[in-house]
Amino acid sequence: MGKIFETPLYAYEKSADQSADNPARHPVIVIGAGPVGLAAAVDLAQADIPVVVVDDNDKVSSGSRAICFAKRPLEILDRLGCGQVMVDKGVIWNTGKVFFDEHQVFQFDLQPDGVHQRPAFINLQQYYLEQYLVERLRVLQAEGKPIEIRGRNKVTALEQTDDHVSLTLETPDGPYQIKADWVIACDGANSPVRSMMQLDFDGRVFEDNFLIADVVMEAQFPAERWFWFDPPFNRNQSALLHKQPDGVWRIDLQLGWDIDKEKEKRPENVIPRLKAMLGEDAKFELEWVSIYTFQCRRMEKFRHNRVLFAGDSAHQVSPFGARGANSGFQDTDNLCWKLKLVIEGKASEKLLDSYDIERVYGAEENILNSTRSTDFITPKSDISKVFRNAVLDLSAKYEFARPLVNSGRLSVPCIYDTSPLNGENEDGFPANLRPGASAIDAPLKDGWLLEKLGGCFQLLTIDAYAPNTIDVDGIMIERLALDKTDSLATRYLGNNASAVYLMRPDQHVVARWTTFDEEKIREALNRAIARI
Amino acid sequence: MLITTPNLTPADEFYETLLAAHEDLSQEQSVAFNARLVLVLANHIGDLTILSEALDVVEETAKPAE
Ligand SMILES: Cc1cc2nc3c(=O)[nH]c(=O)nc-3n(C[C@H](O)[C@H](O)[C@H](O)COP(=O)(O)OP(=O)(O)OC[C@H]3O[C@@H](n4cnc5c(N)ncnc54)[C@H](O)[C@@H]3O)c2cc1C
Repeated sequence: MGKIFETPLYAYEKSADQSADNPARHPVIVIGAGPVGLAAAVDLAQADIPVVVVDDNDKVSSGSRAICFAKRPLEILDRLGCGQVMVDKGVIWNTGKVFFDEHQVFQFDLQPDGVHQRPAFINLQQYYLEQYLVERLRVLQAEGKPIEIRGRNKVTALEQTDDHVSLTLETPDGPYQIKADWVIACDGANSPVRSMMQLDFDGRVFEDNFLIADVVMEAQFPAERWFWFDPPFNRNQSALLHKQPDGVWRIDLQLGWDIDKEKEKRPENVIPRLKAMLGEDAKFELEWVSIYTFQCRRMEKFRHNRVLFAGDSAHQVSPFGARGANSGFQDTDNLCWKLKLVIEGKASEKLLDSYDIERVYGAEENILNSTRSTDFITPKSDISKVFRNAVLDLSAKYEFARPLVNSGRLSVPCIYDTSPLNGENEDGFPANLRPGASAIDAPLKDGWLLEKLGGCFQLLTIDAYAPNTIDVDGIMIERLALDKTDSLATRYLGNNASAVYLMRPDQHVVARWTTFDEEKIREALNRAIARI
Repeated sequence: MLITTPNLTPADEFYETLLAAHEDLSQEQSVAFNARLVLVLANHIGDLTILSEALDVVEETAKPAE
């Protein structure tokens, strides 16, 4: 284990709240400084909402855990000021190969539809992401933004009344209490907060174990995702190889159900397995080894009055498809602008119910995809294995079988088709940008479209008139006026000559028309903030 | 709509070909063979509604006769 795992990233410091006579009250407390909690805190602080993050630890997540970060989360991280460092450090990849037995059966390319600022995927160790988010938090602090992080502050009790939440925190200097108007619980899959509130977390456990190892080695493998079904080096099981920065490689080996986890984790048992895969002479060092059983489950509701669950605490998926952290960022992206409007008194609490509706919908989609992948990778009966192998046998020679090969359906942004916030959708526009969808990037004369979107409601106009600002009872809509280009035409216009898109602060589409109509825009905005 | 009236004109010939294809296979190989066959035919049909109707027909006829 390297230095990064041992050095405190946000060391404990006694806060004034600990010696206050009465519990201090904060607008928002985020529980958990994993990727999702940190993203929530940075998002709120950037929008000038005071926020305190507490974590019972003071270091980055031990081991790499998440490594694949998809385009949409990178775009969200761009808005949070961390996208560029991630892409600079990360390994960009576009190609996935699938092997069955000794042969390659299938290859996919994740080439986006033309030019985008961000790649389809990068690989980067989760600890770098956490480090970058904490660094970003420090920059915001230095700029005077209202954000604070408290290491070794463990939440041990939580009580909720109609107008606030009380927390008890355990620290090296003993316990203290604080109050919050709102709590965002990002305390991970085992969420103690969920247990304290006696809430459900139902779903499926897959009866299989996976050895996950990060090894440091000089290797000539390309920056591609390689997945094996039933390879000679791990018979009747699967395997995955993926490149990370710093010469680190992620290896997943399926082990089966009936194993002794402690024994399998010992280097003397791990190393021969890796040598069988990498070759007897391969020189490598183990950076991190762990054994996982995967599950797909979620809470029934993500909003429990003043406590909002986000990330793994609200939903958990198996890692095939990289939908864990990637979807957690979509949670906070969805939640933070809504919470800001509610805190500022511009929207009613009802808007927060749409967080629940939209992100439960997103979680269902992720669970469905990740369950299907896991069922393919770990067939749960003899006959499902027969069909799985039938698909693989056919896929080597016949193209038709390849779409059935499921080694993980990789994370793509969710379109909130059933959201009550969605408005009108005139005919003739591209379907993938319908109300509920997140914006698609496009090159502009002076940069990228997504750099100009987000943070407030906007009217994106292409060859269409609109006023520069519209004030809808205290909420400003700002116009982003664009001239038609080829990529804007294909991505935003479709068969229409002009477009007016009403965009949410999280870059999702509310409604779209061919021409400006103030009445319709006011109505759509009011719907988008749950006023009607 | 799934065709459930006779549609396979050389019926006997098809049946013979099907059995012949399985002739030298073990039970396990036959199961795998049938699985591949299902996938090939399903792709040819290419319509989830019809395939679901086919699954219904198969399920329905699996019930023990009364
Ligand atoms: C092997 C593996 C591979 C993965 N690969 C990917 C991938 O490629 N892409 C991807 O997107 N996702 C992946 N994931 C999932 C990803 O790691 C998680 O989704 C992500 O870490 C969730 O972040 P989080 O912030 O919700 O929770 P966590 O990262 O679990 O953070 C929770 C935080 O809460 C703190 N906490 C807990 N209890 C308390 C308490 N009582 N008081 C205060 N603080 C508390 C913890 O100390 C911790 O810091 C993978 C996971 C695994 C295991």
